[in-house]
Amino acid sequence: MLNEEQQMLRDMAAEWVRDRLPVTALRSLYGHDGGGRPDAEGFDPAAWTEMAQMGWTGILVPEAQGGSDFGCRSMGLVLEELGRTLGASPLLSSALVAASALRLGGTEAQQARWLPGIADGSAIGTLAAEEGSQHEREKIALAAMAVGDGWVLNGIKRPVQDGMAATFAIVAARTHGLPGDRDGITLFLVESDTPGLSREALDQIDARRPALFSFDNVTVSADAVLGEVGKGIDLLDSLFDRAAIGLAAEMLGNASQAFDTTLDYLKTRVQFGAVIGSFQALQHRAAEMFGELQLARSAVEAALDAMDANDPALPALASLAKATVGETLHGISSQMVQLHGGIGMTHEHDAGLYLKRARVAAQCYGSTAWHRERWARLNGY
Amino acid sequence: MLHRKAAWLLRETGTGCMAEWDGMEAQSFRQEARAWLRANFPPSLTNAPSIHFVSDRHAAESNADWRLWRERMAEKRWGVPTWEPRYGGAGLSEAQAKIIGQELAAIGGFNPIRSYGTMMLGPTLLEYGSEEQKLEHLPFIATNERRWCQGFSEPGAGSDLASLQTKCIDMGDHWLVNGQKIWTSGADQADWCFALVRTDTSRKQGGISFLLIDMKSEGIETRPIVLISGSTHFCEVFFNDVKVPKGNLVGEVNQGWAIAKRLLQFERNSLSDVKAEITPLAPLAHEYCGTDSMGRIDNPDLRVRMVRNAMRHEAYLATVARLTREAKSGGPSNGVSALKNLWSGIIQERAELLVELMGANGLGWSGEHYTDAEREATRAWLHSKAFSIYGGSYEVQNNITAKRTLDLPA
Repeated sequence: MLNEEQQMLRDMAAEWVRDRLPVTALRSLYGHDGGGRPDAEGFDPAAWTEMAQMGWTGILVPEAQGGSDFGCRSMGLVLEELGRTLGASPLLSSALVAASALRLGGTEAQQARWLPGIADGSAIGTLAAEEGSQHEREKIALAAMAVGDGWVLNGIKRPVQDGMAATFAIVAARTHGLPGDRDGITLFLVESDTPGLSREALDQIDARRPALFSFDNVTVSADAVLGEVGKGIDLLDSLFDRAAIGLAAEMLGNASQAFDTTLDYLKTRVQFGAVIGSFQALQHRAAEMFGELQLARSAVEAALDAMDANDPALPALASLAKATVGETLHGISSQMVQLHGGIGMTHEHDAGLYLKRARVAAQCYGSTAWHRERWARLNGY
Repeated sequence: MLHRKAAWLLRETGTGCMAEWDGMEAQSFRQEARAWLRANFPPSLTNAPSIHFVSDRHAAESNADWRLWRERMAEKRWGVPTWEPRYGGAGLSEAQAKIIGQELAAIGGFNPIRSYGTMMLGPTLLEYGSEEQKLEHLPFIATNERRWCQGFSEPGAGSDLASLQTKCIDMGDHWLVNGQKIWTSGADQADWCFALVRTDTSRKQGGISFLLIDMKSEGIETRPIVLISGSTHFCEVFFNDVKVPKGNLVGEVNQGWAIAKRLLQFERNSLSDVKAEITPLAPLAHEYCGTDSMGRIDNPDLRVRMVRNAMRHEAYLATVARLTREAKSGGPSNGVSALKNLWSGIIQERAELLVELMGANGLGWSGEHYTDAEREATRAWLHSKAFSIYGGSYEVQNNITAKRTLDLPA
């Protein structure tokens, strides 16, 4: 159950998102042909400043570093509301994933250096770990070589979520072993303007513009290492799980709004002399979607609570949440197009925007299939 | 910044002390409940299939430890802990009742008072019954001495329940009942029946009344029905000029449909609330199907379907827990129909997966060439087909969700 301050946060987030980041705001990130606008950053910087002013960027930052330490459930509420209107921002990448990385693995000095910036929105962090297309967490090839007191990084990362907006990234590199080994992975804090690091935007169907990072002899000092050298995989696993749960909260918002919008259409669209929502075939489809949404919400809330409680079952609950909401959102966003008929196929209507975001989100931080397989192994299947 | 300041203010002026006091109180009640339950629950009944005792009176009453457990719980009044003492309850709070349930579950125990009486009729009488009716029946439900059956469905009134025909005529000093009920669970073992009867033939829903009928009355005949699973739990019940006292009508004449709808909400609530055994299927699947070189169940297609079902099951249990927390009033909510459909779908699929993983060994009906577990799995699969039919079919539940919860037009 939500406490009073959480209810207040959710209500205010709902109001702000509707007012400031409605679906039309996302439209401005799209070009005329339906792709991302090349000159757009994949989010609205002015809205980001307001989000920081409201304290959302500091929800997971300790009070000593300028945050409010409101917890993951509270962060989930904001992400869910943003998900309702497909609100694009680096909140998940920075305020949840990067903040968690520093809190879980950072030294006091690293926390003092980065967390205040995350909290006030002046710094935007992200996770640069993926290289292949199948979310194989250990299959990291980007090489880090010890040179003198520091390290030299060479290789590529893609997709890096919110990579064009990020001022720094947590980069997963290989310091020994081979791609696929769990041992030998080290995490580094790398600033985006470090010489040798170049970034290119990926024109993705949801107009968010994640990035391809290329590392060409990027030199960082020893204090850029986050956690222990060669032992980064456990922290990386934990970050991916937290990212998946945060994204699941956003997807719950996507699915809830896609359902509400579709339900409204069923109540207003007239064909054959009747409101189409009076047809039993469509009523039953709506009833089934409602049931699936219940399962998704429970799985997501349980996972958010598990983050706050540091529950040892977090990996299984993260996979349960991501897979459950992934399947639900896939079904509802597809039905959103189907039940809107011809208008749902047009770029002018919102249905396609939900469908595209659903596909991206389903893939991001481990697909539904990936998380189902992972849950299966954790549970002895 | 406004958000944060307001929230700080709330935090500072919060009700932390109160919550702490409640916590201490609950803790001491929990200790008391734990001690009593551990001292009184017969160990031989640990993890017993308790739902079996609800549906089969003979199985329950022929078990000496079950009889002992029923007597102890009846005396303690913890079978219906929240009911008022004059109705046979212990007058406890919902929070205390929840603690009893948790402590019972923790030792693999069950509530021997649980019955159609506690799940369906009791809550309904508490809302609609007269004081006389409550005093006459609730104390016997609270001890599970008086077993009830539900006389709703008829041969011509299944999913379309309101088309029921069983006639009830006002004879001045009594009611005269004629007609037939079907799918009446445990009618051949029941003492009493709560029935829907037609008191007005000119209106459909508006001509139905809710009547309490003593099964020992003259003119009642029950016949068990043999189901595909071999079960004879359901019966046909025939009423031939059955006389029922005037005081046995609940609520007003022709108000029965509203009462029945409320009762069906309680029924759906208890159906979807059943924490069906979630013994993982994985170990059995490894046993029957083998294990591949990666340590996985050696049947990839079956494995994926089992995993998906197990995940939905876990999400379903989290949903029951969440909706229970959210239902502040304690009464069943509109979301119950959706929950019942999720439950029946998940449990049916699980029952089928269990038979499927057993392969040819999951096909046996009787005899020692199949293990007890194999034969039980087969019958449980057949039995599970009823889950989406009884208590309002899958399709009827979807109609209810669409109209009541989603507000879609008729």
